[in-house]
Amino acid sequence: MTLLSTSGAVDETVTATTHVGAQDLPARPSARDTLNQSLAMAWRATKKMRRNPEQFFDVTIQPLLFTAMFAYIFGGAISGSVADYLPIIIPGILAQTALTACMATGIQLREDMDKGVFDRFKSLPIARIAPLAGPAIADLLRYGTAATLTILTGIAMGYRPGGGVLGVLGGWLLTVVAGWSLAWIFTWLGTVARSAQAVQGISMMIMFPLTFLSNAFVPADTLPGWLKAFVNVNPVSHVVTAVRDLLNDGQVTAQVGWALLGCVVTVAVFLPLSVRSYSRKM
Amino acid sequence: MNQNSSPTTELAVSAHGLVKTFGDLRAVDGVDLEVRRGEVFGVLGPNGAGKTTMLQMLATLLPMDGGRAEIFGVDVKQHPHVVRQLVGVTGQYASVDENLTARENLYLFGRLLGVDKAAARSTAEDLLGRFGLQDAGDKQISQFSGGMRRRLDLAASLIAQPPLIFLDEPTTGLDPRTRGQMWETIRDLVAQGCTVLLTTQYLDEADQLADRIAVIDRGHKVAEGTSDQLKSQVGTSTLQLRLLDPAQTGQAVDVVRRVVGDEPVLTPEAGGINVPLPDANRAADVLIGLREQELLITSATVQKPTLDEVFMALTGHGAGEDDDTDHHDSDLEAVR
Repeated sequence: MTLLSTSGAVDETVTATTHVGAQDLPARPSARDTLNQSLAMAWRATKKMRRNPEQFFDVTIQPLLFTAMFAYIFGGAISGSVADYLPIIIPGILAQTALTACMATGIQLREDMDKGVFDRFKSLPIARIAPLAGPAIADLLRYGTAATLTILTGIAMGYRPGGGVLGVLGGWLLTVVAGWSLAWIFTWLGTVARSAQAVQGISMMIMFPLTFLSNAFVPADTLPGWLKAFVNVNPVSHVVTAVRDLLNDGQVTAQVGWALLGCVVTVAVFLPLSVRSYSRKM
Repeated sequence: MNQNSSPTTELAVSAHGLVKTFGDLRAVDGVDLEVRRGEVFGVLGPNGAGKTTMLQMLATLLPMDGGRAEIFGVDVKQHPHVVRQLVGVTGQYASVDENLTARENLYLFGRLLGVDKAAARSTAEDLLGRFGLQDAGDKQISQFSGGMRRRLDLAASLIAQPPLIFLDEPTTGLDPRTRGQMWETIRDLVAQGCTVLLTTQYLDEADQLADRIAVIDRGHKVAEGTSDQLKSQVGTSTLQLRLLDPAQTGQAVDVVRRVVGDEPVLTPEAGGINVPLPDANRAADVLIGLREQELLITSATVQKPTLDEVFMALTGHGAGEDDDTDHHDSDLEAVR
């Protein structure tokens, strides 16, 4: 299709609209189109974030608050002192904030989808994944903010990561990747649930067991056997352990591999599910 | 009903047996539709008649439960992505992004349609100018009036220059002045070669804009044709007379009875007589009859039935919602 390419091209409408070569039009968007459309959607999402700064509350205030709170409350009881607890709790908080941040992705998508503009998105010849991928890309900003602030708060409280700069970068990166991957679960929820409240409710039900029934805050060996069994298969535990390995030891251990594999599997399952349910939904 | 013998590619829209059910409700129940290239086709019906549902199925926004449809010969079910490239949709409720400014909205839709950044920016400027929105370009949509939203919405539908445009109740809820502006915009589009499929619950809107009209009621198509054809289905014209001297009303009624052989209807105003005519040309006979009796008139008008009356006659009930319905009911009695 001919597109407006220069100013004053409005007059060309006549030629553009009288010759309809429906046969020459692509049957589906190309990979490059899909990428560009997703980036345009990401641009929209960042504009939206800038106009609604409260979207950043959960990734700014929460990491500050939780890091300080958990460290001072549990520090003495679990590790004998706050300083000794920090290497355990910082990776735990990283995983937790990543998870809460990606939970918001689903809620916001659901709210967004109820608005009229999504009718237009549906009517446009764009890849069905673009309206979902756009916010997902923009949310990398949120995960990055959350991870950065958590680490900085820890350092301000006296945390000295043994992994050095590279280890910290690795841990930061893994947190962002894990947040982005897990967000597809909540994106899918956003496309199937009836309302934003429903997404919120279901997300809470998923989020709390996943973070608290993990090794994020407490070493798993203090737990009863049945709970320990769950904690050990919980993917969040793998992410937490992997982030600990990176931050505290600077080592890329097998746990990092498992955590990444978990991320890949999550995306491979929930991304297609999300696109499918979005395309069907009216 | 439709004697269109040209090849199917001459049709912008060709739909057969469209069905959509919501639970027990058959919102669209076997509708056929053929829209020719370059015409404005109006789908007229009251609220809840199934107009929007039908449009959404044709625009790939709703899956069809039955029937099939082609847009410029492209099957809607088989090739939704191609159909989306051919159709611009402007919804009943302006579907623009509340979080963005007008300019950003147009830029976003341009980018989504594959326009490069510089061109998307200049296209946005062009469209803002063309739709009289340049001063409001940096305002957020939440500050827009209803009319401005509709115009922006329509502008957004034109970025890709689609050959076919769906307008779902483009003027519902707009004040008369804004409505007139919208009509002008739509006429401009048609002048540039667009095919327009519009739904409306306003009879005068269909009358004003549409080359051909389909009347939809409760999911069924009850009539189709030009506005004149539809009006002539109701069959009669009315001669509206006003006598100079109301005291002569009795004599005038006698004349009318003798000439037309039908009972005239007296209007509430003194000296007003409505004469139903099987044929508009009989008006002259009535006037000559009055002249012979030296009965003077101040005005005489021959009127075709309004689309309201058409709607009444076709469906057996008024066009719903419309405040004018009651007023026209009395007219309809007069025609009968």
